[in-house]
Amino acid sequence: MKIPDMAASAAVADAGIDRALFEFADYDAGAGERGGYSNYSYWRSTFRMFLANKVALFFLALLGSLLLFTIVQPFLPGQLSPTKIFNDPETGMQYRNLPPGDRFWLGTNSIGQDLWSRIWSGTRTSLLIGLSVGLAEMLIGIVFGAIWGYVRRLDRVMTEIYNVMDNVPSTVLLMLFAYIMKPGFRTMVIAMCAVGWLGLARFVRNQIIIIRDREYNLASRCLGTPARRIVTRNILPYLVSVIMLQTALSIPGTIGWEVFLTYIGLGLPVSIPSLGNLVNEGRMIMMAPELRYQLIFPTVVLSLITISFYVLGNAFSDASDPRNHV
Amino acid sequence: MFLYAIKRLLQSLFTLFIVVSLVFLLMRLLPIEGYFGDRFQKMSVGEVQASLGKMGLLDPWYLQLARFYAGVARGDLGVSFVYRRDVPIVKIIAPRIPYSMGFGLTAVAIAMATGLAMGVGMARSKGKFADRAGTVYIVFVNAVPLAVYLLFVQLYGSSFFHLPILFDKYDPKSWILPAISMSLNGIAFYAMWMRRYMVDELNKDYIKLARAKGLSNRTVMVRHVMRNAYVPMAQYLPAAILATIGGSIYIESLYSIPGMGGLLVDVIQRQDNAMVQALVLIFSSVGIVGLFLGDLLMALVDPRIKLVKSEGAR
Repeated sequence: MKIPDMAASAAVADAGIDRALFEFADYDAGAGERGGYSNYSYWRSTFRMFLANKVALFFLALLGSLLLFTIVQPFLPGQLSPTKIFNDPETGMQYRNLPPGDRFWLGTNSIGQDLWSRIWSGTRTSLLIGLSVGLAEMLIGIVFGAIWGYVRRLDRVMTEIYNVMDNVPSTVLLMLFAYIMKPGFRTMVIAMCAVGWLGLARFVRNQIIIIRDREYNLASRCLGTPARRIVTRNILPYLVSVIMLQTALSIPGTIGWEVFLTYIGLGLPVSIPSLGNLVNEGRMIMMAPELRYQLIFPTVVLSLITISFYVLGNAFSDASDPRNHV
Repeated sequence: MFLYAIKRLLQSLFTLFIVVSLVFLLMRLLPIEGYFGDRFQKMSVGEVQASLGKMGLLDPWYLQLARFYAGVARGDLGVSFVYRRDVPIVKIIAPRIPYSMGFGLTAVAIAMATGLAMGVGMARSKGKFADRAGTVYIVFVNAVPLAVYLLFVQLYGSSFFHLPILFDKYDPKSWILPAISMSLNGIAFYAMWMRRYMVDELNKDYIKLARAKGLSNRTVMVRHVMRNAYVPMAQYLPAAILATIGGSIYIESLYSIPGMGGLLVDVIQRQDNAMVQALVLIFSSVGIVGLFLGDLLMALVDPRIKLVKSEGAR
């Protein structure tokens, strides 16, 4: 923006116009509300649109009950420990590969652990990894992307950082991180965050560069709005739909990576049940048809979680796009 | 054009240099067992130090880095320590690349042909049965873990169609299942992309104008819609083709194909540091070169992309 030069200001004064009108205004927090004339609320419309989508509601209910159930499951009556190995009291042998039955609801695995409780314990671990990675990625992506897009001086440096990280295939990057650190929950979360924030950051950055210099933001800046408020109130709401979609998709994506890392031997230790470990255990005994239930049950849970997040992410992203609100 | 290519090449080389050096330095953080394998248990501290010194691993890092680059320039990636002791890594890798690339290229071809056709078909019958069936397939491929559905393909494919369950160099019938399994994911990817693209594009004004001018449906599709679809394809394809060098980790280990993907898993599990380092370097350089070629090709295909920054536009 140009500051009016002296000649122009003098001309303004000569014409008998009040010069005070051409000064930068001070920021007035209440002024934004005064011009409002409709009772349109962004979030209310978003939720109304979302609630109108019956399929999404079904999956929301499904995912909600899954989540709730993984939390309360250990406290229900008749639940067995997910890590205990059960022995037959008469022979002293382990209850190996028992089919689903009364005591072990979904049967036991090859070393005599209860599959039912292992599945829920594993779902808990995997969802926890997925949610923490999803949230962390969202946070890092937004903050990094916003600074990258808004602060012009940093553009060169940050673009270079991005290029370096983006050029290495993410599989390789992930394996490298997991290989260097000790296997465990924290390693997994750090490795996946390190890989996952890139896409979102670039998206946020590109959008901010596009929106930053639009007329309404120029006007807003002339009215003295601080940069932080412009970013959080004028720009970020524009991006809510895509941010939510990316986050929703990154949660099942993370769980998928967990399965992959476990498959190549860089996952969580076997002592912590997770969907990756369960699928991997199931895979090994896959060739015996009567034992296939050990692979199918965890896969079903995993697929349900993935599909739910997929559908929910898309539904919420449609609902939160203001262009669909009319 | 030429200037742009040179500039972009220098940029890629710079990125490659940073990536390679970073990976090399990160590798120095690894546990030193990775240089000895089973022998490590029986060695005394003095012996370990002595042989580390002999390998040059006790030198300052910049000396190691310089020596490493000198080796790379001569086409030497070092020797394996654990996987196949004291065999040059280049000799281990070279015979494996044809397997990975053979299957990879077949899979890319299948995936592109089937996926793009499927996407066009889905967009044409938007909301109808074919579109829904395709969507179910895409959701299925994305929702069920790769490790699981590939296993089912191997299992049922071999029992229903009497195809060999493992790869055999001399039996072409055993190549079918791996090639198909490798393309399943790509089909979903191309179909999803093509459908989205067609649905968005057909609503645009220039298509309406072309129709209003009385162009036939065929001409509109070939000359206008498809012509625009080349651009993102051109950018993506070189990377996809080069990436086949890396092979598929799951499929190569499922069918025991002696390719590159299985190798990376093998050397990670056996903790062969030198091999891990060499493979990571190869895979990252392949990625960088692929992006470089993609940008170049895209600039060739799309005349709208300005190669030289216009000055004073803003």
